[in-house]
Amino acid sequence: MISEEQILERLFVHLRPLVPPRTPLHADIDLKQELGLDSIKVMDLLMALEDEFDVSIPLNVLIDVHTPAELARAVHALMEHTDGLVR
Amino acid sequence: MALFDRFASLAQARAELVQGHLNPFGTRIDEIFSPTEGRIGDYRVILAGTNNYLGLTFDPACIQAAQQALAQQGTGTTGSRMANGSYGSHLSLEAELGDFLGRRSVIVFSTGYLVNLGVIGALAGPEDIVLLDADCHASIYDACKLGGAQVIRFRHNDAADLERRMQRLGERARHALILVEGIYSMLGDQAPLGEIVEVKRRLGGYLLVDEAHSVGVLGGRGRGLAEELGVEADVDVVMGTFSKSLGAIGGFAASHDPDLELLRCASRPYIFTASPSPSAIASVRAALQALRSRPELRERLWANARRLYRGLAALGYRTGPQPSPVIPVLLGSPKEGVAFWQGLIERGVYVNLVPPLATPGGQALVRCSVSAAHTPEQIERIIEAFALLRAPAGQAMAGA
Repeated sequence: MISEEQILERLFVHLRPLVPPRTPLHADIDLKQELGLDSIKVMDLLMALEDEFDVSIPLNVLIDVHTPAELARAVHALMEHTDGLVR
Repeated sequence: MALFDRFASLAQARAELVQGHLNPFGTRIDEIFSPTEGRIGDYRVILAGTNNYLGLTFDPACIQAAQQALAQQGTGTTGSRMANGSYGSHLSLEAELGDFLGRRSVIVFSTGYLVNLGVIGALAGPEDIVLLDADCHASIYDACKLGGAQVIRFRHNDAADLERRMQRLGERARHALILVEGIYSMLGDQAPLGEIVEVKRRLGGYLLVDEAHSVGVLGGRGRGLAEELGVEADVDVVMGTFSKSLGAIGGFAASHDPDLELLRCASRPYIFTASPSPSAIASVRAALQALRSRPELRERLWANARRLYRGLAALGYRTGPQPSPVIPVLLGSPKEGVAFWQGLIERGVYVNLVPPLATPGGQALVRCSVSAAHTPEQIERIIEAFALLRAPAGQAMAGA
């Protein structure tokens, strides 16, 4: 089973092209407020993670997600569920 | 924090974009002279940002029907269909739409937005999965929130990507709702519905198609993209609006399955809102007759759409991927977009400014919508206005 840290690491790879070059990134940076990502870019990031890990990640995981760390945690929790439903 | 403070940064961002007296985010159209002409402040303009595809808003038969209903049935129904009852004309329109669409069951809603909220919100609950095209309209996203469905996006107009995402779902894909649109409202492109139907045939699921921009526009009888591609039997629910080709306000959902009727008891956006006014219903019924009996409207619409699409492309503008009555022109930065939009009005053409698409480039676009009521001369004048703006600043924009 993939770890939260591994998800986070790959998340940064997909996040990098969505922000201006040389933008400092860290796990607790606010995706919208600090990085200026709009909701569509955040959804696109999720789509990239789906393809990366070959899993279905409903948009619903984005509720209450503000930072890369929170997103990685939400995706990890979802991948642990056997039914794939976000609760 | 004060009540409205949360919107301050949004308002400020918009205010910074708007220079001068013309505001693309709150345009005041002072007079409407016809389906294709109006006045905005000091400028008499050709209206090319209205979604008035068949130009029926001033059709004499539609106006007469609306006036008669107004005189005979009053200004409004003042209540919801469940609590206060349906008027005979609501039910007549549903029957006429059923006949037009060749579907057994039709429900009329008060707006097109409410159709999606009412149908998707009721059919897709927290345990259900919706697979939607990434470019679907906001009403579809909002509907998923209302119902609490599990939402998975697939790449725009990419049936292979839909298939991949359905395969990941395994068994659960068999009962998922697949949501696409006939013509997408921003880029004017059509869904690859034949390919999507093939995926559905292989993997299951239910297919819902929002034909808001394609009813009256596509298909031998104007029923939309599913008719055009011969796949209507594979579409479980079709949604549409009265506020575009049919020139009024309201919308419908239709199905071959008579159990669509059950939504009347379960769909909150159907139950808890006032029903469409008698005059709106009357004009829609007349417009539907016009749509059915005057195929030349569709021919004129497409002749205009092709002419404008080719004319703008010939000027070097980046437009949508295919000729369409919805013609986007991709511009540069949001500021350039606003200046361009204002420049068009000053040259007598009104289109819609769409804030930057959420692409890495963050481009703004202006969206033209073509009408059957545009004359060939008006189409040429629109092209001429774009040509005048093409140079010098437009050079950079068009190539951006």
